Amino acid sequence: MKRFFQRAIKDIADNRFLTAVTVATIAVSILIASAFALFFMNAGDVLTMWQKGIRMMVYLKPDTSEAARLDTQFKLQAIGGVQEVVFVSRQDAMARLKEQMQRHLALLENLKENPLPDAFELTLKSDTRSSAELRLLSERIATLPAVAEVEYGRQWIERFTSVIQLFSLAGYAIGALFFMATVFVVANTIRLVLYSRREEIEIMRLVGATDRFIKIPFYLQGLLQGAAGTILGLGTLLAGYLSLISHFKTGIASGALQLRFFPPATCAAVVLGGALIGWLGCWVSLKQFLK
Amino acid sequence: MTETTSDTIIRMFHVHKRYGAKSALKDLTLDIFKNEFLFVTGRSGAGKTTLLKLLYLGEPVSEGQILVDGLNLSRIERKGIPALRRLFGIIFQDYKLIPTKTVYENIALVLEAAGRKPSMIPKKVKSVLRTVGMEDRANAYPPMLSGGEQQRVAVARAAAGDPKIILADEPTGSLDEEAAGVILSYLDTFHARGATVIVATHDKSLLRRPNARIIQLRDGQQWSSDSSQSGDAP
Repeated sequence: MKRFFQRAIKDIADNRFLTAVTVATIAVSILIASAFALFFMNAGDVLTMWQKGIRMMVYLKPDTSEAARLDTQFKLQAIGGVQEVVFVSRQDAMARLKEQMQRHLALLENLKENPLPDAFELTLKSDTRSSAELRLLSERIATLPAVAEVEYGRQWIERFTSVIQLFSLAGYAIGALFFMATVFVVANTIRLVLYSRREEIEIMRLVGATDRFIKIPFYLQGLLQGAAGTILGLGTLLAGYLSLISHFKTGIASGALQLRFFPPATCAAVVLGGALIGWLGCWVSLKQFLK
Repeated sequence: MTETTSDTIIRMFHVHKRYGAKSALKDLTLDIFKNEFLFVTGRSGAGKTTLLKLLYLGEPVSEGQILVDGLNLSRIERKGIPALRRLFGIIFQDYKLIPTKTVYENIALVLEAAGRKPSMIPKKVKSVLRTVGMEDRANAYPPMLSGGEQQRVAVARAAAGDPKIILADEPTGSLDEEAAGVILSYLDTFHARGATVIVATHDKSLLRRPNARIIQLRDGQQWSSDSSQSGDAP
């Protein structure tokens, strides 16, 4: 195997220009595809973070009796997906509002009566956070007789989720496109190398070299080029990411939002994937060339 | 011929080779013996190169059977061809050396392809280069060598794997008389070490060599078979 590696390294050195073109192509493809993946990963984190903080507010009708309120509380606690039910009286709600609007207290002082309704604040279980599940839950709660309205920022979450899904689909399509394009480019670059060395390959066959003996150094070249291109692409993305982070450091640190790069295991998997793309390109070319 | 079949290394039975409507070889039946020195001669287009190509499956036979060292070529599958070719050391008129590899690497390639132990390869390469007087040019690239030197490297490469049969297709075709004599003397050396040597040539001056059999082809058919001056085939 050592000799095959030596031959592969020598071949790479002898074909520096073609190797550089292949590595650069793989690097650009990986850079674009990884940038998308990084965006989705962080957007997903944002969505998860927001969904974790979802509180569903269940507003009661103005004339709800104490018995009806207790009955509603009991029924809410019995609903699957609800983790905690806290009663927020209209007085407590006004107190909260005043606390949040301290600069505009005068507006609230002028009110003749408290317009806020009694309400329940629901904390949801972690497995009840998709927009579809939230909608189903809110519709079910809305059927309770004492309930006037259920609110959880539905439209906003649904829009954000659908945007993320749309981007995910676009991401998969772009990923598949880049995968095919990269395999195609690697295959054609290797084919150029094969054509430039067809006499050498023919001589090797004449002296009794097996197809395996001829192919293995090319496969190793493909793997090395794929891995090198991926490391270059990921490295460029990391540099861009670090530059972005340092640029927006203040804003990100003050908020709850934590941007992150791919974990080392994912990076290793991407490098492995890139190496396999290089190998696949080689395989396609050799299969046609050595027929 | 008095030899028994156990002395034969190549047997050809009613072999035909056609390229479309044109016949390159017609109904050729021939036995070649172990450690024989055989010249295949004839004019250009007589079928000499075709005959050699059929032996190492550079071309498939159109009709008939060929046995090489007991292997029936018509039954050899694609993956078996490299093993067949390692029975041969082949010398081409245009040398067919890899220009991007050094003399050493060109010869080592044969041994690597044959799966020889890496530790044995340098010793073997030096040995064959010494035999053909090219030991001091091991690190040169083929384009830096003269025609005669390149052909000596080609002879060394053909002999490096200790093949049972050395095929030489017009090995002196592009060399002057002196260089041709040198190449033939190296073929003699490897023949003396036990190899069967088959030389396709139209150079009649080569045929003066003693103890060689001469097959003459004309229009793809065997026209005559003679022994040269000093003896017969083994």
